[in-house]
Formats: sequence, structure tokens, C-alpha cells
Amino acid sequence: MYPEEFRYTREHEWVKVEGDVGVVGITFHAQQALGDIVYVELPKVGAQAVQGKTLGTVESVKAVSDIYAPVSGEIIEVNQTLVDKPELLNRDPHGEAWLAKIRLRAPEELGNLLTARQYRDLVAEES
Amino acid sequence: MRFLPKSETERRQMLDALGLASAEELFAQIPAELRLKRPLALQPGLSEYEVLEYFRQCGRRNAAGWPCFLGAGSYYHYRPALVDAVVSRGEFLTAYTPYQAEISQGLLTSIFEFQTMICQLTGMEVANASMYDGSTAMAEAALMARRISGREHVVVARSVHPEYREVLRTYAHNQAVRIREAPYEPQSGAVNLQEAAALLDDHTAALIIQSPNFFGVIEPLREAAEAAHRAGALLIHVFTEAVALGLLAPCQQADIVAGEIQSFAMPPSFGGPYAGVIATREKHVRQLPGRLVGQTTDSRGNRAFCLTLSTREQHIRREKATSNICTNQALVALMATVFMTVYGKQGLRELAEQNLAKAHYLAGKLPRRFAGPFFNEFVARCPGRSPEAVNQELLGKRIIGGLPLGRFYPELADSMLLCATEMSRREDMDVVAAAIRGSEGGRQ
Amino acid sequence: MIRKVRSHIAQDEPLVFELSSPGKRGYQLPALDVPPVDAAQALGAGNVRAVIEGFPEISEVEAARHFTRLSTWNYAIDLGMYPLGSCTMKYNPRANEAAAAVEGLAWAHPYQPEDLAQGCLEIMARLEEALAEITGMDAVSLQPAAGAHGELTGILLVRALLAARGNPRRKILIPDSAHGTNPATAAIAGYEVENIRSNARGMIDLEAFPNQVTEEVAALMLTNPNTLGVFEVNIARIAEILHCKGALLYMDGANMNALVGVARPGDAGVDVLHLNLHKTFSTPHGGGGPGSGPVAVKRELEPFLPVPRLKRVHEAWRLDYERPQSIGRVRAFYGNFGVLVRALAYIMACGPEGLRAVALDAVLNSNYVRKALEPHYDLPHGEPSMHECVFSDQRQARRGVRTMDIAKRLLDYGFHPYTVSFPLIVAGALMIEPTESESKRELDLFIEAMISIAREAEENPELVRTAPHTTRTSRVDEVTAARRPVLRWRPEQ
Repeated sequence: MYPEEFRYTREHEWVKVEGDVGVVGITFHAQQALGDIVYVELPKVGAQAVQGKTLGTVESVKAVSDIYAPVSGEIIEVNQTLVDKPELLNRDPHGEAWLAKIRLRAPEELGNLLTARQYRDLVAEES
Repeated sequence: MRFLPKSETERRQMLDALGLASAEELFAQIPAELRLKRPLALQPGLSEYEVLEYFRQCGRRNAAGWPCFLGAGSYYHYRPALVDAVVSRGEFLTAYTPYQAEISQGLLTSIFEFQTMICQLTGMEVANASMYDGSTAMAEAALMARRISGREHVVVARSVHPEYREVLRTYAHNQAVRIREAPYEPQSGAVNLQEAAALLDDHTAALIIQSPNFFGVIEPLREAAEAAHRAGALLIHVFTEAVALGLLAPCQQADIVAGEIQSFAMPPSFGGPYAGVIATREKHVRQLPGRLVGQTTDSRGNRAFCLTLSTREQHIRREKATSNICTNQALVALMATVFMTVYGKQGLRELAEQNLAKAHYLAGKLPRRFAGPFFNEFVARCPGRSPEAVNQELLGKRIIGGLPLGRFYPELADSMLLCATEMSRREDMDVVAAAIRGSEGGRQ
Repeated sequence: MIRKVRSHIAQDEPLVFELSSPGKRGYQLPALDVPPVDAAQALGAGNVRAVIEGFPEISEVEAARHFTRLSTWNYAIDLGMYPLGSCTMKYNPRANEAAAAVEGLAWAHPYQPEDLAQGCLEIMARLEEALAEITGMDAVSLQPAAGAHGELTGILLVRALLAARGNPRRKILIPDSAHGTNPATAAIAGYEVENIRSNARGMIDLEAFPNQVTEEVAALMLTNPNTLGVFEVNIARIAEILHCKGALLYMDGANMNALVGVARPGDAGVDVLHLNLHKTFSTPHGGGGPGSGPVAVKRELEPFLPVPRLKRVHEAWRLDYERPQSIGRVRAFYGNFGVLVRALAYIMACGPEGLRAVALDAVLNSNYVRKALEPHYDLPHGEPSMHECVFSDQRQARRGVRTMDIAKRLLDYGFHPYTVSFPLIVAGALMIEPTESESKRELDLFIEAMISIAREAEENPELVRTAPHTTRTSRVDEVTAARRPVLRWRPEQ
């Protein structure tokens, strides 16, 4: 369920490192808690993400949730498909429904994040 | 008390079920020092007859039924009888906000129709289910433009309704929005576009123009939009007289249209309740405040309607909401929907044409202050005596004249704003014209 | 195939645009008694529009049927109870409608000469007085158009007073149980919001509270009784703590129905509050508005009230525009006058005894329902309830049935649901406010329905989860409505 190569935040985001770029998204647990997702507000390309600060928002019919950046750096790409197909986040949150790609400014920040096992434990606790 | 559907026996039964001697005990948790030890100092309750008689007497003191030539943001138009027949039905009058779509389809359908008709009238792509009134719609439109453009300040024409500009100031004050006013041209009565354009800079979120403006004059909306867009700002078109939309071309270059629809079957009612609207381009829909009704299906595949995009609203976004507005003016918006349906495509046009004819007839007899084209309102100079004196004479003839402008525009203290609608009669207009011209004619 | 569908009395009804055909008319204007004017000539050809594309063209008969049919698909107070918490869906007396329709009132122009508007001005003055007396405050403004509008006005008043004293301050404290308009309002008024946690009793934690009231805090926005239906017993102490630090106490008056004639916020130290005339004072909801949200204040806030104010000069009422410290206008003209008339008519009909009886019956009804449902639904807080009670769906959730499902199943029993999932501090909340307008019979029917649904949740959860089953439409797809919004009719559809 939770890929080993990802790192996770306590707020249910994930990041996958590909060279000096971090691909980020929200976890399976997050989309399940939110229910049917109707809209995603993505950050602007070129903006600066800061670890722990708001990156964007995700909306279900009755709720809005902030998405927090797992890593800091410049946003080099956002997933435009989500604009027309927000339901992808429910279907494939760890794959096709990535949110943004960030050029890592401080790779050592990854040390602040959880491993897959630690994240699984967190989810088990919260349920 | 006839509004309380319980007999003493029933109260007794209920108290027994709770194991209480009296309902007073249920208030025990309120500290004694906070509980009232005396009845409220109000007049004792009256019978229905007495209550209504009081209000009828109040009404009688108010010049009911006199011909009236006031406009200025509140207009006298005929209200088709079907309007009250529809809105007084308990299923509309006493219904709640349609959060439970399954048992509110009637209401939701009519709001969807309303949103559609507003789009058709304004030439915009999406409209909300109404705001409190035109003045707050304008203020909210300005805040919306700020969110869309990312810029902070606005430029507004001085020919926009003075009270609307006051409301804008109140709203803007707390959001650190700077407002600059663009003057009007003394000749035409329209906004001085050059000066307006000079006030636009790269911190301007929007240029706000009312058309027909407060003086009744048609503004050059297209040129204003071009000037705004050149500066990277949005153009907000404001209207106070909705009937004008039946005849005047919508401005396709406007980014947001905000206005008042009181003219569509809401009685003037001493200033409220009215209903405002905001309409805009589809791409701005998520910045639109107020309720929105959307089309969808139910689980059996039938067409149905529901409130949607609720995440913009206060009950979900809380401090990040687009606005704090909770109500829409559903019942009065329904009046407008019935009105627009009854008049329809041909009728709204004909109604507007009649308004045009009446006002131009009256204006033709008077020294007009401004030369610009006008719809059903215009400014007339009062030669020889003050507009207040003219109105005094008219009151003696049981006619309410126009609005003396000195209170809002000191430079126009010798003039009054007159409005003539399809309800204005020729003979009364003749009397008004004679009084303003100062001739001795009176009624012919 | 027959057109009549479902078990509903009204035909499937198209939209007005779908009923239209060219040339059909529902109106007739009188002949012009003045010469017609060529629009293109008078306005300039470029300013004249073409035909209003897509606008309806139907006859009066079709219009009458259309809207009448639509109305039969709506639930309404006239049909039955709305147990909606904090909405106070009470009976809307018809006499109020007759009062508002009086010609001299309905057709009064806001700019008509004051000498000819004395009837209107007196009505407003009387209502101001009555509301001040009911709330124990010193001055009232009737200008705000709705509760949220009144809230905004109230917070702007707070800001103005504090600014006049030298520092408007930065923060507003808001309990986590508050209605969403509270933080939205604070944000629009330019304040930061700081949340206050409720204690285990659902009230403000008096231990922690004083620490949160710093010199940066402008006010606390309190709802009393709070959204759990519980009276903030420490309100006077809370007011003291705030006042010591130069901060103010704002009260959201949405729940006044529990207090009229029994207790007055002004006596408890409240500095400013707003009222919802469409709640406590019986003006009709009309499907979502118009409402009215008057603001009541203590003396020191009076100079800042919206302009104009009513003033008695000799034997007449005048509108006073000389208000240099006013926050300005919050809307054009004077307020939702038509709604004000209805509220005053209600107050006059009730009188002091009637209003007090309203509060007593409202609280009695809510407690009666609470007692009957306690064996079947989880009660998160044991505090005494006032005019509303809050349950949670914890018990039913074990069978996969949530508060929204129970609400939808309630529709099958002929009731409008209670308030779902609010307040947020109770997971899976069911917020019930019967109001005083419900007879014992109606309450018993509601209780029976709720007990039956609790049993269904145990024995047949699927039935509840897929409800409603007998309404005109089944559960609507709100997800698609939000994902791909269709907000207007178009001919191609």
C-alpha cells in the first residue's frame, strides 16, 4: 500500500525523490478520509515551497483541507490533469495523481519525514 | 398565545415525562443574578386586528398612492399579480435554505432558472443566487476582483450611486483597499474616462462603472473596459435599474457585473428587502461569493439540482471563505424570477421601451443638466428656485417630485434627479414639468 | 410511455426555457400615453441590445402552473417541523405578511420626504426600542441585511471603538464550536482568528481563557447558548476578564430563542450583539432569505453605529446623518424594512408574556425530545440543554450508519432533517432544535421516527445508508455537481 521508497509527513503527504526533484502527493489514507474529491488548488509553477507550509488545498463536497509541502524548493511542475479530473486523487493517489514536482533546496529535510513503516504505524494509530 | 400549539394539559404531560414541576426549572443553570426578575417593558400582546390596524395607520401617514418621480436606486414598477400568488405559497415562503436537495427541488429549480436569466440579461457566463442588495454586491465584487487579480486597490466613478460608494468604503476600509474616485464630465454626465484611466496603475484591481449611472446617463462601458484591461485591471459593471437590461446591450468586455434587481417585482418598501446579483466569467466562478445552484442527477439518473461549490462559503472555509455571506435573498429573487418569466423575452424589451418613452417625454419639456444618452432617469435643472421649493409645490398637488441632488453632489444643488417609468402618467408628468419650469399652468 | 413519473402528484416539470415558444406572452402593458422613442436614436445604436437570447416566452397559465408545481416539491414550515439546530424554524405568522403588504409601507420610497415617511420611521424606532429592551442593550441599528451582515457590522464597531481608543488590536477569539460565519466575519473585518477550545462540558475553559486574553485581543465572539445548546454559565466572568484587558464581548444572538424574556445578554456584560430576525422573531426564511440582522450595543459603541440614525426632533422622527464617528454604511438605504415590519408585528402580537412563553416552550420541547432520544443516541455532553440538544452518531456508526444517513432516512418519515455534522467539535453530530412552534403530537411523531431509524440502523443498516427512498428525487450526486459545475441552462442540453 505505502511504497517503501516514498517518505511521508504526519499530515499525510508523500514525497518520492527522483534525482534532485521531489514528486509530492497526498496519501491513500488522506483521500479516503476526505471522501470524493471535487477540486484541487495547485500551487503556481515557479513559486517556492517551504517544508511544513501550505502548498495548496484539496476539496471534497463538504470540506477543504490544506496540503502541506513535505520538502522545500522551487515548484517546477504541477499536475494539470487534476484540474479536470480531481477524481484521480481518489483512484491513484500514489501514482497518476501526483500534485507537484519540487526541485529540492535542502535534501537533508528528508530526514524529518517518516518512512513507510513509520507512516503505516501512524495511520494505524489514528484509525 | 395563539402561536404556541400546546395546551396546559400537554405541557403538564411533558413536564411529567421530564420529572419536573415547572418549565422554569429548565433555566436553573442560568445564574440567578442574570435571570430577569420582571417582565420585559413592552406593550402587552395585541390581537391580530389591533396589530394590523397599527400598521395600516402607519401606512396612511405615508402618502400612499401618490405619483412619485423618485428613482436613485429604488424604482416604481408594476408588480404582476402572479408574483405574490407564487411567493405567498407556504412551500416557498416558509421553506428553509435548500441544503437537503431531495425535498427542495422546487426552490433549487427556480434558483437555477434565476441564475440562467441573469446570465442571459448580463451576457455573463455564471451568476450567483443573489446577494443582499446592489450596494453589497458591488462591494463584494470589488473584493472578488482583488482576489482574482492579486492587486489591492480600486478606482470607482463618481457617477456611481453615492450610497453604493459609501458601502464600498466601509468594506474596503478594513481590508486596506485604497479607493480613488474618477470625476464625471460636466457636459455629458458620464465618467471622465481620461481621468479614470490616469488613476489606474499596476496596483489597481478593478475599475468600477455604473451604467446607467446615478444620473441616468449611459456610460461608455466598452472603452472603460479597454482602459481597465490595458492597465491589467478588471472592469466591474454596476447597475441599479434592472429594467435597463431589457434594452441596453450588455458589455461583453466586462469581467464582473454586479447590480440590484429590485425593479423586478420587489416593492420599494422603504429601502428593503432587495436583492443584488453578481455575474461573471466561468473562469472566476470559484471566487464568486454567495450561493450557487448546480445541475446534477439523482441516483436514478433523473435531472436534479443542488447547492454546489459550497467550499467557497463560510460554513466550510470559515476564516478562508470568499465572504461571510450566509443568506441569499431567495424569496425576493423568486419574485424576480416570476417577473422575468411573466414579461419574458418580448415583454422585458417592451417594458424598457415604455420606460424610455416616458422619461424622454418628461425630459423633453425640461432643461436637462447633462447631454449624455439616458434611459429612464435624468437630471433636470430647476431655473429660478431650488429643487426643494419645486417639490414643496408638487407635494401640495399630491405628487412626489424628483431627488434634489445637493445632498450628494453640492455642485448640482440647483438640480434634481427625475425618474419616469411605465407607471408614470402623462398628466402627472405635465404637472411636474410645469412646476419645474415655474410656469403657472398646472394641470391642463 | 406515459409522461407522469414517480409517485408524486405533480408532473415532471421542465424549466421555463424548455416550456417556451416564440410569441407566447404572459404580460400585457398598457398603451403608451406618450410618443414612442426610437431606442437606437436615443441611446446610440451600439448601446441597444439584440433580443435577449434564450429568455423565456410562456403564457401566464404556464407560468402559474410551473411555479405552483415547483412549490409542491418543497418542504416548508407550513408542512411540518424543521428540527434544525440554531436555525429556529418557527411558525411564520401570516399577519406579519399582511402588515408588510400595507400599501403605504410597501410602496414607500426610501428617499421620500421625511414628513411623508413618518409611518416608516416610527416603525423602525419602535422596533429599535423593543429589541434594546429584549436584549438589555442601549442602542440598536436595523441596517444590516442578515445575521452574517450584522456580525460584520458588530465586529467593525468593535474595531472602531478600539481604534478610537488608540489601538484596534489584531486578534479575535472564537470558540471551536462556533458557526462558520464567525471566523469568516473576523477575517473580512481584518482580524486574525484564534480558536478557543471548549472544555469537557462544552463551554469555555475558564482556567485557560484568561491566558488567551492578551493586549492583542480585540474581542471574543461568543454564541450563547452555545451551539451545543448549553448556556455559558460563566458569561459574566468571561465579560469581566475581557473588559479588564480592554477587550470586548461580542455575542452571536442566533440562539436568543432560549433567552427572550428570561435573561438579557446586556445584563451579563455583553458589549455588542447581533440578532437574526428570521430566527427568534419569526420572519419567514423564504428559502434562504431575506433575513435581517440588527446590531445592539452598549452606550460606548453607540457613536460608531452605521449612519443614518433615527432621531426625535420636536414631534417627528428624522434621519440623522451627522455621525462623524460612524463606521459608515453597511448597505444602501436603511435596512430590510419589509422584514422589520414583520418582526415588529410579531413582537406586538406576543407582548412580554408571549415572548417569555416562547422561550419556556422552546426549552421544554428540546428537553422533551432529548429525554426521549437519550436511550437511543449517544449524548456527547451531559450538560443541561436549552432550546437545542446535540447527539452524535457514534452508536449507529458501529453499523456503518452516519449522521447524514440518519438525516436522509428522516426524509422518508416526512420530516426535514436536523443539522448534520455541526458543531464540528462533536464527531458525527445531530443538532436538534424543535422550537416552540411544535405541538406535542408533532414532537411525538418526530421522536417515534428517530427511534425507528435507530432500530433500522441496528437491524437493516443498508436501508438507512441508501435513504431517502420515497422523496421525489433520490440522493443527488453532489460530487459531480461540484466536479463539473453546470450553473445555468443552455439550449443544447
